[in-house]
Amino acid sequence: MADKIATRDSYGRALKELGAEFPNMVVLDADLSGSTKSGEFKKAFPERFFNAGIAEADLMGMATGLALSGKIAFASTFAMFAVGRAYEIVRNSIAYTGANVKICATHAGLSVGEDGASHQCLEDISLMRGLPGMTVLDPADDVSARKLLRLAAEMQGPVYIRLGRAAVPVVYPEDADIRIGKAVWLREGSDVTIISSGCVLDQALAAADALAEDGISAGVLDMHTVKPFDEEAVLKAARSSECIVTVEDHFVTGGIGSAVAETLVKHGIGCRVKTLGAQDRFGQSGKPAELFREYGIDAAGIADAASALVTTVKLHAAP
Amino acid sequence: MEISKLIDTARVIRQDIIREIYSANSGHPGGSLSAADIVTALYFEVMDIDPEDPNKPGRDRFVLSKGHAAPALYAALAERGYFPREELLTLRRTGSRLQGHPSMNRLPGLDMSTGSLGQGISVAVGMAIASKMDGKGRVYALLGDGELQEGLVWEAAMAAAHYGLDDLCAVVDHNGLQIDGKNDDVMKVMPIDEKFRAFGWNVICIDGHDMAQIVDAFAAAKECKGKPTVIVAETHKGQGVSFMTDNAGWHGKAPNEEQARLAMEELGGVL
Repeated sequence: MADKIATRDSYGRALKELGAEFPNMVVLDADLSGSTKSGEFKKAFPERFFNAGIAEADLMGMATGLALSGKIAFASTFAMFAVGRAYEIVRNSIAYTGANVKICATHAGLSVGEDGASHQCLEDISLMRGLPGMTVLDPADDVSARKLLRLAAEMQGPVYIRLGRAAVPVVYPEDADIRIGKAVWLREGSDVTIISSGCVLDQALAAADALAEDGISAGVLDMHTVKPFDEEAVLKAARSSECIVTVEDHFVTGGIGSAVAETLVKHGIGCRVKTLGAQDRFGQSGKPAELFREYGIDAAGIADAASALVTTVKLHAAP
Repeated sequence: MEISKLIDTARVIRQDIIREIYSANSGHPGGSLSAADIVTALYFEVMDIDPEDPNKPGRDRFVLSKGHAAPALYAALAERGYFPREELLTLRRTGSRLQGHPSMNRLPGLDMSTGSLGQGISVAVGMAIASKMDGKGRVYALLGDGELQEGLVWEAAMAAAHYGLDDLCAVVDHNGLQIDGKNDDVMKVMPIDEKFRAFGWNVICIDGHDMAQIVDAFAAAKECKGKPTVIVAETHKGQGVSFMTDNAGWHGKAPNEEQARLAMEELGGVL
């Protein structure tokens, strides 16, 4: 069994490393530094850490001002507040000016668990993806999270990074080649490709194992960058397998399921796609694993959906 | 610059505001005219800036939190030499660098893009934190009084005092009017001075059309250590043009040719 690490812990570790390297880096939080793990930076570099208090719009405004003054500003809070409460400031102050702010949002999606729907932001990827110039990252494990956080710090311009509360298996080796905008093929498969983003990657991999036992060849593609979107990888998935299943801890509207569909339409490629995620309903309290089951984004749900889609495709293809 | 010259400059700024908005047939004359004296003082006397090097590190910066007063800011920037004055007549046109509300990546001299109220002061707080870290550059922000109804203003006000941002000087262009009418009728914002004082700010109240008072207030703000300063400037919407003065109807309306001609006459210019 692989080690399990929450990507918010990867964030805390990355902040300490990057803070030592980049003297112009500052970190801001909105009274959640213990939960987001930005507190790790505060411990190491107290003079470069700023608490905005419970005021997320101001958190984003302050981060913008610091970024426009030559700082690399990391701003963290829960996804619900970073994107929901502060959306208009993220749009008008950060994205519109192209400010060098890295919005690091933890506690997104159903994986928040017991806190329930008010805290389970299921539309953050959708809203951030719609902003011109915003890079959107949704890492699946500790290694890719730390690598993407470094790349975010090194690049100029606004970045949204979705980080998780729950511990998830480490999928990548330490020397994995993770690049912004380049999806990673973890498995290749001829029947179906499961395209996943974020914390459900281990579920997608387990689903692929289960499908293999049933004689279905399933590929797994980790779409850790939602914007810029790796269209080539999606086209390859459409060419190399019969159909595509997308899975995300997010509403099915506006996330990677939508992005995959948009890509196929844009290139005129016909390919059956099943999008898994929260349908048109909010989340609820429960253990993350139970919620993943309920919303059909656990390994069994993904395998069932993929299996059904493969059957349908083969049925239609039959002479 | 001498006070008399600043007053003359403010008159030119007001003429340009009318020209810009008449040319665009769109824009916000009332709040631009009420802010004209404050903006003039900042760009021609108070701020340490260099039009030859608009992005000079460590310079003083200005955030027009009431972004709809863009015509006043554009006029000051043009007059100060950041871009050719002729360009003022492109305001709000497709492809123009002079967007309806300031867009910093299009036009030299703009330190922030604004337009959504409350947004600017919060960014100014972040800039002032950076000034404190780096030990250089003062930050100025101009707010409307109606803008004070935005919750974000008070989030920012709290943070500015909490971090002791004495390099931050906010100005409230207190003309008493907003789109739907008087502040007092729409949503009371008074008493402005007591609110800021309670939030931990140094407060200076002045006549926002008295150039000597404006310049003195900025000097006093610079002397205040350990906390941010707000200058509450009593102003008149539409100041300088009789038929626009204290009239909420001129918040976001362009003058027609006859009105523009009349306004220019009153301001000692020709259309």
